[in-house]
Amino acid sequence: MSFITGVGLTPFGKHEGSSSLDLMSKAAQAALDDAGLKRAEIDGILCGYSTVSPHIMLATVFAEHFGIRPSYAHAVQVGGATGLAMTMLAHHLVEAGVARNVLVVAGENRLTGQSRDASIQALAQVGHPDYEVPLGPTIPAYYGLVATRYMHEYGVTEEDLAEFAVLMRAHACTHPGAQFHDPITVAEIMASKPVAMPLKLLDCCPVSDGGAAFVISRERTGQAGVRIRGCAQAHTHQHVTAAPALSELGAEISIARAKEATGLAISDVRYAAIYDSFTITLAMLLEDLGLAARGEAAARVRAGHFSRDGAMPLNTHGGLLSYGHCGVGGAMAHLVEAHLQMTGRAANRQVKDASIALLHGDGGVLSSHVSMFLEQVR
Amino acid sequence: MSERLADWTKGEQAITYQTCTSCGHVQYFHRAFCAACGSSGPRDARASGQGRVYATSLVCRAATPETRAHVPYNILLVDCAEGFRMMAHGENNLAIGDEVIAGFKPFAGKLVPFFSKKQ
Repeated sequence: MSFITGVGLTPFGKHEGSSSLDLMSKAAQAALDDAGLKRAEIDGILCGYSTVSPHIMLATVFAEHFGIRPSYAHAVQVGGATGLAMTMLAHHLVEAGVARNVLVVAGENRLTGQSRDASIQALAQVGHPDYEVPLGPTIPAYYGLVATRYMHEYGVTEEDLAEFAVLMRAHACTHPGAQFHDPITVAEIMASKPVAMPLKLLDCCPVSDGGAAFVISRERTGQAGVRIRGCAQAHTHQHVTAAPALSELGAEISIARAKEATGLAISDVRYAAIYDSFTITLAMLLEDLGLAARGEAAARVRAGHFSRDGAMPLNTHGGLLSYGHCGVGGAMAHLVEAHLQMTGRAANRQVKDASIALLHGDGGVLSSHVSMFLEQVR
Repeated sequence: MSERLADWTKGEQAITYQTCTSCGHVQYFHRAFCAACGSSGPRDARASGQGRVYATSLVCRAATPETRAHVPYNILLVDCAEGFRMMAHGENNLAIGDEVIAGFKPFAGKLVPFFSKKQ
């Protein structure tokens, strides 16, 4: 048994003058305060990576800086799936009795710490160094390839994809910490600058500064409880050239394993926190996970199914697409928001029922997947 | 193990692939072993350059000065006749399912595979 006893999240956007360590520290302090724990009570640290300030031992760099001497510490790297992969590891460490309170933390000054080109260039390196990178692809191009194929096989249109960006922006408008607060329309997304077709600027998440952290504990520290019910991973490939057919991608495998591990079904889920680096990512993952039938996720968005008051509220903070994306911390914001919803602390964004949440992260080009079920305990 | 055949990644105007002599698995990324069964010394061969478009993405925003000079350029995944998939460039108007044939074009200081619609 493990509990998420505290969460911390900074606003995303520009944090001029803040380093990656500053943003990690800010989020970590917020998570400790939320859990009601002191530094000395943290005996495990897991952290993500920083593309702005790479280090071979970031967890100990952070531990020294923040003032913790843990009995277990290291960094984890699985791209966008890192946040949930760290949470899964913390869950197992706590269950195995290796640690009592594990701090999971990430933060990066990705927007102000480097040029946007440098950021795009750094991320493109997830491609194959000999067989892909010399062709000048970008992360949007890798996902653009997946998008054209998905649209071809399932009859999804660019207007369908735009619906996801509209929804995430509408949600971000209700969160003071989000990077963007101006509503957008399908027409505006369609007219935004082409990046890697069919993906246009507003189909892509922004580059942000920000940080996120949580504490995973063996025992509850407060009244409201959120328990990690179970989780699973799947890794089918690294490079898009080597990706399996659309029907054999990792999300379907990891969700099947997570359902088996927990005995839960999609019909039990009341809140969804799904990785959304691009509109196509969100559309595909919703359908791969079974939160919508093939080719029907966009219709569900239009019908309000994934809105705050809908049957399956989704990323009520605005997701990567509109709350922002600061690297590893980006997808951790999804878990922070799920926690706030499950503990009744989401203010004007509060949904009626978030008793069971499904979280899903994706790293690389749909390469690494982590599915996780959280459960409210009273 | 046989000598590695030079391909476009080594500056040669060629696309190569490997076939496992034990299990028959076909792979595009060159290795000293078969990724399916682990047998050593898969056989190198030159591909015909014929294939079918699996996916496309027209890149309109590039991240380096060298690649920016080429925008827009069409990145493809091509299912090659020999049974492997590769990434390449191609004509901007190609669509999924088109039959294509490989040539080579300079891109950012290198010759890269460039597919055109088969006549």
